[in-house]
Parts: sequence; C-alpha cells; structure tokens
Amino acid sequence: MSTSTVVSRPTIAVWKFSSCDGCQLSLLDCEDELLGVVGAVQISEFKELTRTVVEGPYDVSFVEGSITTADDVERIRAIRQASSMLVTIGACATSGGIQALRNYADVGEFTTAVYAHPEYISTLAQSTGIADHVRVDFELRGCPIDRYQLLEVITATLSGRKPVIPGHTVCQQCKGRGTVCVMVAHGTPCLGPVTKTGCGALCPAVDRGCYGCFGPSDSANTSSLARQLIALGTSRVDVSRLFRTFNAGAPAFREESLRNDSPETGG
Amino acid sequence: MAGRFGWPARLAPRPGESPRDGGDGGDANENRAFGPNQRSTELPIVKLMDLSASFVVDRAGLDRLLGAMTARGYRTIGPVVRDGAVVQRQVSSTDELPQGWHDEQAPGHYRLHHDDDPSLFAWAVGPGSPKSEFYPARSLVWRASSADEVVTLEQPQEDSTPVALIGPRPCELAGLRVLDRVFAGGEVPDPHYRDRRASSFVVVAECGTPAGTCFCTSMGTGPGVADGVEVGYDLALTELKSSNEPQYLVRVGSERGAEVVEEMGGSPAAPADFAARDAVLDEAARRIERKLDASNVRQLLADNLGHPRWDDVASRCLACGNCTLVCPTCFCGGVSDATTVGGVVERHRQWNSCFDLAHSLVHTGPVRATTWSRYRQWLTHKLSTWHDQFGTSGCVGCGRCITWCPVGIDITAEVAAIAASDGAVPVYIESGGDRS
Ligand code: SF4
Ligand code: SF4
Repeated sequence: MSTSTVVSRPTIAVWKFSSCDGCQLSLLDCEDELLGVVGAVQISEFKELTRTVVEGPYDVSFVEGSITTADDVERIRAIRQASSMLVTIGACATSGGIQALRNYADVGEFTTAVYAHPEYISTLAQSTGIADHVRVDFELRGCPIDRYQLLEVITATLSGRKPVIPGHTVCQQCKGRGTVCVMVAHGTPCLGPVTKTGCGALCPAVDRGCYGCFGPSDSANTSSLARQLIALGTSRVDVSRLFRTFNAGAPAFREESLRNDSPETGG
Repeated sequence: MAGRFGWPARLAPRPGESPRDGGDGGDANENRAFGPNQRSTELPIVKLMDLSASFVVDRAGLDRLLGAMTARGYRTIGPVVRDGAVVQRQVSSTDELPQGWHDEQAPGHYRLHHDDDPSLFAWAVGPGSPKSEFYPARSLVWRASSADEVVTLEQPQEDSTPVALIGPRPCELAGLRVLDRVFAGGEVPDPHYRDRRASSFVVVAECGTPAGTCFCTSMGTGPGVADGVEVGYDLALTELKSSNEPQYLVRVGSERGAEVVEEMGGSPAAPADFAARDAVLDEAARRIERKLDASNVRQLLADNLGHPRWDDVASRCLACGNCTLVCPTCFCGGVSDATTVGGVVERHRQWNSCFDLAHSLVHTGPVRATTWSRYRQWLTHKLSTWHDQFGTSGCVGCGRCITWCPVGIDITAEVAAIAASDGAVPVYIESGGDRS
C-alpha cells in the first residue's frame, strides 16, 4: 500500500456461557484465514486465544453458550450493553443446547442424583438461548458452528455487508453435492428436510441421517416429517428423541418432540 | 495485469477497457470442426445426410463407442451404481454400467435390486439428471481482487472438455430440450450453458423398464424417441433382450453420430430388430400406469388458484426443495457475493429453489411466505405458466419429484385431486386477500 494511514480496527470479544468451547475453537480452526482475521481486528477478549483483556465497549461480541444461572442473566445484559453488535454462535447460544434437555425434566432431581452436595449447586430450572434474554443481531447455528460460516459472518461484518447464510434445508446441500437421499433410498430416518443447512450435509454423505445440529430450517414442517418417519417404522418415542438433541429447546423441534413423547400422544 | 489462479489474462480488463467489455469470451465461440474443441454458438443443427442407416451391436460395440468418444476428447458420463442408486459418473468401460440392477420406485421410495440379468439398462432413472452437466450446482462467476489500488476482475476459464452423455433416457433428452429453451433459447443466452451443451454428444437409451413413478407417456416424452435429426440425439440405443447377451439397436440422429457409429462395428439392422424394438417399447408403455391429463392441465391450474387442495398439500409439504433440485428442468438459481479478509471478492452462482423462503425475498419481506404459496407457485409454473413463458410444459414426466420427495407428494395425484373438484373454493374466508 502506498499510504500508511492508521485505521482503527474493530474490537472483537468472544464470550462463553454454558457450553463446551467447541464453537469458539472453530475460530482457531480457521488456520489459513486466522492470521488475516486477527490482523484485521483488535481482539479485546478471547480467553481461548489470549490472556490479554481490553476493556469494552466492543464493536462485535460473539457469544457462545446458553443461560443456565442467575449470574449468566446479569452477565449477558452487561455484555449486550457494552457491544454494538452481538452475534450468537452455536446451538447452546441459539436454542439452549443439549443442556436444554433439563427443560423437559426436574433439574432438582438431576442435581440430587449427580452431586454429593446439591446445596452448593445454583442453577436455573431451564437452559435458554441468548435471544431469550437480550437482543441478538445475528444467530449462527450449529453444534458446532461451521467455521466457514463464522468466517463469512466476520468478513461480512468487516466489510459492512449482510452475511450470506442460507436458511434452507440440509436436503438442498445433499442434492447440490450429489449425495443420494438416505431417507428415500435407504429408509434411514433423517432430519435433513426440516434442518437448516450449514454443515455441508456431512452425515448423509457418510450414510447417516441428519441429526439436526443446525436446528429448524426457515419453514420447517416438523409434523409432516414426523408422520412420515412413523410411517417408515420409527416409533413415536424415537421420533420424539430425534427432535430432542442439540436443539431440544428450538421451538419447532421442542413442539414436535412434545407431540410424540409418549406412544399415545401425537398427531 | 496477468490473470491469477491460472486464468487467462485476456479476461482481465485491459487498460482503457471497462470490466464489462472484457469478459465476453471473444473468439472462444467460433465454429470449428467436430472434435474436442468444437464451440459452436448454436445448439447442434444437423445438415443434409442420410441418417437412415441403423445398426445392431453387442456390448463390445458399446465399449468401442466409449473408446471412440474418449479418443475424440470427450468426457464420457454414464450410469453407475453408487450408495444405493443409479447416478452419473465418468465411465470408460461397460463393466462400470449397472448390469443386472433394477430400480423400484414409488412416492418417497427408491430401492435397487440386483440379479443375474445381463442387461445394462434395465432400470429407469436415478436422482441425478443431465442438468448438472450443463448447469452445475455451484459455479464461480468471477473473482475480483485489488492490489496497489488496481482492481483486477477475473473470470474462471471454462473446462472446455466436451461431454458425451451415455444413456440418458428419452424423458431426460426432452428435459434438456426444455432447458435449451430456458438457457439458450432467448435473446440473451447463457454462454456457459450454451457452450457446454453445444459441444455435447448425446447417446440416448430408450426405456424398456419404466419405474412406478414414471408418466412419460402422459407427457409425450417416452419411453422411446422418434427418428429424426430434430429430436436432438446423436445416437439412440434400444436394449434388445436375446437368449444370452443383450443386443443394441443403434439409430443415428446426427452427422456426428453417423461418424461414430462406424467405429462401433455393428451389422446393419434387419426388420426383425425393429420389431424387437417395438416390442420393448410397447411393453414399457404398457407398464406405465401413472397418468397426468396434460390436455387441459394448463387451464385447470390457472382456473384453480384458490382450490382447497393447496391447503392440503401445504400441510404435507416440507418445503425442503428436493423436488426442484432433482427435476431435470427446474432452473432457478441465485448469485451471491462473498468477500475475504484479504480483499478478494467472489461471485458464485448456485441452484436454489422456489421452496426457499429467501427465494422470493424483496425489500419488504418474502413474496411467498407460506409453503402453500410456494407449492402452488411450483406446480402452476411447471404445468401452466411455463407454457406462457417458454412455449412448452415444464414437466417431462420423469417422476423424480414423486420418488425423491421425502414425504411422497405426487404431482400427478395433486393435479388429479384438483381436476376431481375443478372450481372448488376453500371454506374459510381469506383474511387480507392474498394467501402469500
Ligand atoms: S416436475 Fe417432476 S415429473 Fe416433471 S420433469 Fe420435474 S421431476 Fe420430472
Ligand atoms: S413437494 Fe416434497 S420434495 Fe418438494 S418441497 Fe415439498 S416435501 Fe420437499
């Protein structure tokens, strides 16, 4: 470059709530692009990357994890206040994660069964996504997120454009890459027709049904798919279980799992 | 300003030239003789020649055909069995073809079975179609980069290897002719489609074993193909059963086909061979039970835009888009631009579907917000407004949308249901008018 103007780089913070860290590690997995990204931004807070902590405010906060404690509720509010833009990353942050299975049970029973001193455990009855508590500017789905989608969000944000993150189904990615449909050709139960794309349609490409890691697609018709899975021989209870994994708290999946959670219910 | 990434510098804008002038491909489109470099600006038009000669070859003749096409520089794409389905891949020998494989198809259902039948073409159609050869699922349109305050625009160099399609069915050939009108028939042809298609060689395989979802007889697209250069094949095969190895009747549909058939080493066809072909096609047509009344479907759908059946199908439809992506004629796509941290901008074109919420997104929101309106859009376009737009039906009766719909929604059943109560209106009073 012929000029040497100092341009202030946007400040970025990465936050963790109830989660496994896998999503934020996706950023470190962007090996080829990582140095470019780090060079284009100023990292204010990212504990998996650096001990350095710079005070807010932040231009963009990436939030991983779900809200499971009263402290979490306070902390996410403070982060929202200090951030111009807040992007949630992963199934935990967008729908409560696998830990939202507690939403279907009594968390008190869990703590008593698991901990010798349950009285030291302070937790909420439900695990919820970030958007249930504060305004979210963009949601990036997945368990874990796809690193190329993360890069797309970062580069789009840096250049002031809208990220290109499709809301359509996993099926479309299967068809695009030429994967034979595991449901139609093999009879394998698959959530692809109601799940948002983003993973690259990984599981059907290795002969597995989609597990729904990216949560409901834009127009998910879960009850029609559930009827077909049952017609193909999946039990009602297993259909309920299919919808109750990493995105157990996503409304469309939650409702379908409840419709089928005992052999007698459903429709 | 040399092109990077191995692309030719001439596609980058020259000094004093606007980027828009630089990318038309220029001299790449001049006509050359038949061969690997042929890049005609027109779809194949065959001139005077006696093409009436037909031959009978055995399987070794098909291998010689593959060899002849390879020697001419073609990529030979034919049917193979992968992951429980017949799909299209590059093939170099008949040993790779689906010998003894048969498909069982029903709404939302596809299974393959194998036996000791020596036939190579005793199945109907798989999930893939020739569409993807000429209109790939995703392709790079251009890439721009900036360095030292100079912006360079580059277009990818097309893979100019021509493709020889080995064994598409008559309905698939009909599908290509529908797509030809879409991509190459208008005032502004798509140069990528046009060039790939114009250089292609088509060996159509008539259908002796239709599947349970086929209805080509209703759409006038199969199970056989007519004689004649206007049909659009170079060679037409009919697999004739015999006591041991199947024989193949080969008819010629173009000059290029006439040139290649000489290398297949067959003997001239006799009247008995044509009688055997008639028997194969009659039997195939007899086995096709599925029907769509194409005589009035265009008007029927236009007259029934508020029919209650649309509500019924919307309750079943997943809006997954599978029907559109397996359809050999659905052509919707989108372009998207992406930037990288390094300052490179890429524009890609990819398939998308009228079943996507985002497909009809305009500045105030999606035009077709409900699955109800999206299914109606798909079906009415396919069977009704396609005529207005392109002068043909958009459906060739291949049955893919029926088989590969995960919940088995059947285009023929939906049309029949509307026809059975032509003019019916839903009981609810629509609030706010349009049901988008
Ligand atoms: S609409 Fe269905 S039957 Fe008709 S051409 Fe398309 S996929 Fe085949
Ligand atoms: S008709 Fe079937 S394949 Fe097409 S979008 Fe609806 S559910 Fe998917």
